[in-house]
Amino acid sequence: MKRFPRQNHRVLRVVTRLLVPFVVLFGLYVQFHGDYGPGGGFQAGVIIAAGFILYGLIFGVQRVRRVVPPSVARVMMCLGVLIYAGTGLLSMLMGGNLLDYDVLAHDPLHGQHWGIFSVELGVGVTVTGVMIGLFHAFASARNPEDRRRSGLPDGSDHPPLRPPMQSPSQESDR
Amino acid sequence: METLIDIVLLSFLIVIAIGIIVLRDLLAAVILLGLYSLVAAGTFVIMDAVDVAFTEAAVGAGISTILYLCAMRWTTDRQKPRGNDSLPALVFVTLTGALLIYGTLDMPHYGSADSPAQTHPEVAVRYLERSAEEVGPPNIVTSVLASYRGYDTLGETVVVFAAGIAVVSLLGLRRRRPSAEGEEHDKGDPPDGDGPGSAARRDGSDREQVDEPPEHRA
Repeated sequence: MKRFPRQNHRVLRVVTRLLVPFVVLFGLYVQFHGDYGPGGGFQAGVIIAAGFILYGLIFGVQRVRRVVPPSVARVMMCLGVLIYAGTGLLSMLMGGNLLDYDVLAHDPLHGQHWGIFSVELGVGVTVTGVMIGLFHAFASARNPEDRRRSGLPDGSDHPPLRPPMQSPSQESDR
Repeated sequence: METLIDIVLLSFLIVIAIGIIVLRDLLAAVILLGLYSLVAAGTFVIMDAVDVAFTEAAVGAGISTILYLCAMRWTTDRQKPRGNDSLPALVFVTLTGALLIYGTLDMPHYGSADSPAQTHPEVAVRYLERSAEEVGPPNIVTSVLASYRGYDTLGETVVVFAAGIAVVSLLGLRRRRPSAEGEEHDKGDPPDGDGPGSAARRDGSDREQVDEPPEHRA
């Protein structure tokens, strides 16, 4: 591993720790401010996922797994589509066409507002789930050779590119 | 001034694209790909398409760079040496490209006010004039995406969902870390029992997957 020399990366770790909450906050801003400025569910989902992925790159996939387990990512993927389609079905149940938000509230404009809100939320949830799920899939599903050679003890899954802290003894194992 | 910025950004794009093609080092190519997306996002901002630029910057420069890097763990980080480029292929590609460029000559100029997309009474004109009273959000892009064209966006969301499900079921999200060991061996390649010198032996052969972790070869 000459490309990424194994260091403690203290600066990266501290900066990441500071940055991640703001990344997620900005994602939420983009999500809920999409009516007024650029942005919307898709961009917000990507940004929120990027926050988690940044965390995973620096602190290891395992830590992200603890925060957003793969099962949660999977549920989020489905949930978002369900929210979106559910909004459409709800508008049908309330007497309109599919995804016709006018009927969702007494006032068509309010209905539109609610409709767009929930639809964008659905997009955001799906995109976040898919992106985090992709990261889990790419980063931690390792081929068996890789795992066998790395000589890591069972259950300790080191992050994809740069293991944050690894003792020199493990290094010499390789 | 805007033309100047356009020229600079577009020539950056060309230079970066050529760099990506020429480079054999996949890590550098991936980083350049991210840079390409960033510059492309810049050109979108110049065209006042901030929403698109936003998406391009977040997805192209952010997420996909990381996914490429993660995917590189599964292969090598060097491109295989290419064979000789064949002349007929070059002629064919040039011809196709020239045809495509010839095809664009018919299109309305960028930003032209009398292009059909701008003048159609039920599309752009209606959205611009009536979206405030019909839908509400000041950002017309949002009202088009989420309300006027909500059905399309539903389709897009389903596409993202389907792509995610496909990747997850192909690569697998492991549920349990340690106990999944045996099952993993079944799913992956047949483990061939050669030691850490195997990558060197395999170089130049047609085997695509080299299953050494990147650090051994770097």
